[in-house]
Amino acid sequence: MKAPLSRIAHTRSGDKGDTSNIGVIAWRMEDYPVLVREVTAERVKAHFGSLVKGRVERFELPNLGALNFLLYEALDGGGTVSLRTDAQGKNMGSALLSMEIAIDEPVVY
Amino acid sequence: MIRIANGQGFWGDWLEAPVRLVEQGPIDYLTLDYLAEVTMSILQKQRQADPNLGYARDFPPLIARIASQIRKKHVRVIANAGGVNPLSCAHEVLRLAPGLKIAVVLGDDVFDRIDEFLTKGYEMRDLDTCQPLATIRGRILAANAYVGAFPIAEALDTGADVVITGRCADPSLALGPMIHRFAWGREDWDKLAAGTIAGHVIECGTQSTGGNCQVDWPNLPDPANIGYPIVEMHADGTFVVTKHPGTGGRVHSNIVKEQLLYELGDPENYMNPDCIADFTSIAVADIGPDHVKISGARGRPRPATIKLSIAYANGWKAIATLVYSWPQAIEKARSADAIVRRRVADLGLCFDEIYSEFFGVNAVLGPAAPRVEDPPEVQLRVGVRGQDRKAVDRFTREMIPLVLSGPPGGTGYGEGRPKVREVVSYWGALVPQDEIRTRVEVVE
Repeated sequence: MKAPLSRIAHTRSGDKGDTSNIGVIAWRMEDYPVLVREVTAERVKAHFGSLVKGRVERFELPNLGALNFLLYEALDGGGTVSLRTDAQGKNMGSALLSMEIAIDEPVVY
Repeated sequence: MIRIANGQGFWGDWLEAPVRLVEQGPIDYLTLDYLAEVTMSILQKQRQADPNLGYARDFPPLIARIASQIRKKHVRVIANAGGVNPLSCAHEVLRLAPGLKIAVVLGDDVFDRIDEFLTKGYEMRDLDTCQPLATIRGRILAANAYVGAFPIAEALDTGADVVITGRCADPSLALGPMIHRFAWGREDWDKLAAGTIAGHVIECGTQSTGGNCQVDWPNLPDPANIGYPIVEMHADGTFVVTKHPGTGGRVHSNIVKEQLLYELGDPENYMNPDCIADFTSIAVADIGPDHVKISGARGRPRPATIKLSIAYANGWKAIATLVYSWPQAIEKARSADAIVRRRVADLGLCFDEIYSEFFGVNAVLGPAAPRVEDPPEVQLRVGVRGQDRKAVDRFTREMIPLVLSGPPGGTGYGEGRPKVREVVSYWGALVPQDEIRTRVEVVE
């Protein structure tokens, strides 16, 4: 079935210059394979559309049940250069929570 | 086992936090992180205006406030509050808190060595854009190396109550006391990696105890009294993340995981001056309420290069706003945006960028924002950035006229014309590690 990413994971985002990083962490370790299968670099790039000008790179942390994404040229120059309200991408993680993914079974918390 | 607490995640963090960390339970070391990427350029300007300034001015009064407590409880403080003038910072601390012994780590400031580096053939290409530093040579405002933890350990070896540094790698503040107390060697890669990861977990203050955290945030206990993070480090590199009993917030594996991933790049190659830490090697476990254990850290030999943080002047910017209300708030804001852009173009003003946001619609979430049909209110926020200060200044006079001549109801201009602000950009670059020679000076 389809569900928003927030159903099985939480996120935190930060910045390094014009690069936004988003950590995606499975609420339960057993859902990590679903993250690996569903939350690909391509789909993250598509989710942000014009907001992210560069490429998206994904790293896997199976020990934490987590993925780390680097979104390049994502912050309009970043830091003090950017003209955006969210110049440091503090909400890029929240923005990713609405991404629709296929989950194996309904999860109720 | 030693207890290391962090009471300041950035310059601007809660002033009460370090005081409470010292008062509310046992700690051995208190670290305070004041320096963000472009803070050094602000401090460099302050020093140019007054040769006695250029450090975090909140720091000396804080030490004066906790001086008697840290003496009584043998808590030692490590802070990068020195900015571009650590010695002046130390003297001001001594003036306000006489009797303390202070050790200062020097050698990170390479502002006067840039031409020497260029002559030696170091291109210092920007780590993001790959452009050589020569392209911005004339606009550099500050240049500092992210020094490692061994000079901090050396400073603690002098018996100092307070260690003041300039720029150092953020985890160094916590790794320094571990090296000092456990006599870890320069090639104890796994232990240095464990200390680096521990430093990373606490460097952003309460981000590891429930602050800025999605984990059940509405039910975070007593957030007004949130406890700042403490690492209990053992000699073998195993550590526990916790906080003082009775404080607010929460320490849980999911919360600590969020912080582990914060501002992380390649998790297998976390670059630090003292080692390369592998974040995929660790195990994170809840071992009790508000106690998270991290073990198994693996490290690899330090990189041959050390990172420089360079700040340079990069033009001017201004941001102008107006608020419109229902009905058709979005349409009104879009109309006002079109008028401002047309007028700016007709005036022949040139900018590197004009950026418009519709706050209340999609300013922060962009294409990921949920759709809204006709919101109660929308803020139009137009920013410009360019090298010509006069053009940016002219732009600041273009939004307010729309209160009378634009779409109906434009408001929220109470602060008048927006300010023109200088843009200071960050340039990260590498030089060989052996170019950076630190030394420790004791002030008492």
